[in-house]
Amino acid sequence: MDSLPTQDTLFRTLADPTRRALFERLCREGEQTVGALTAQAGVSQPAVSKHLHVLRDAGLVRDRQAGRQTHYSARAAALAPLIDWTSQMAGFWESKFDDLEDLLKRMDQ
Amino acid sequence: MTETRSVTVEREFPHPPGKLWRALTQPHLIADWLMKNDFAPAVGHKFNLSGEWGGTLDCEVLEIEPEETLAYTWNYAHDDPQFDLRSTVTFTLTPTPGGTLLRMEQAGFRPDQPRASGGAKYGWQQNFDKLDALLGRME
Repeated sequence: MDSLPTQDTLFRTLADPTRRALFERLCREGEQTVGALTAQAGVSQPAVSKHLHVLRDAGLVRDRQAGRQTHYSARAAALAPLIDWTSQMAGFWESKFDDLEDLLKRMDQ
Repeated sequence: MTETRSVTVEREFPHPPGKLWRALTQPHLIADWLMKNDFAPAVGHKFNLSGEWGGTLDCEVLEIEPEETLAYTWNYAHDDPQFDLRSTVTFTLTPTPGGTLLRMEQAGFRPDQPRASGGAKYGWQQNFDKLDALLGRME
């Protein structure tokens, strides 16, 4: 799937610390097999697979079948709704800071 | 343990910390740049910020260090957990050669529930109000 996850899906999916750690590792280290991910995950391989499926269904990772191995990689673009949200919140405060700046100028007069 | 997300905004103002502090702590000045309020500079003081959009934020002063730090809760009660926001706003003032660096951190947005969208919705409500006002002036 190539569409972006909704904000709700994104927050919900990344709320799980194990899942978030898997996603972070794929972002930092690039494509990995399920086996390689399991070796450092601290949970069983079926659990890792399950988390990877949730991440995949949310559009945060993509999978690639190569022989008997499944390789996973992160879709960094999927984070866009999260970044949008942060910008919106920052936008509110930026506009308030504009008003504050205006007030400070007037306080001198 | 609940993990939360924050939003931070920083700006350097060409004014001394004392003046900025007044703008952050005097009700009539707060009303000018933020929202109508019944703020009082005392830890534990409960007050409201009333938005132009008709909503009311429940706040309580958490920390006051004159000309350095001001922190208060920034809560928006809503029956729908999606819009129910519990957050903390902290202003930190740092003197600079040209004035004061103001840092605002709003913390407490929960990632496991889309509560944050309540905040974003709120922010946008304000922005749209401003846009609306601007468009009104342009005619």
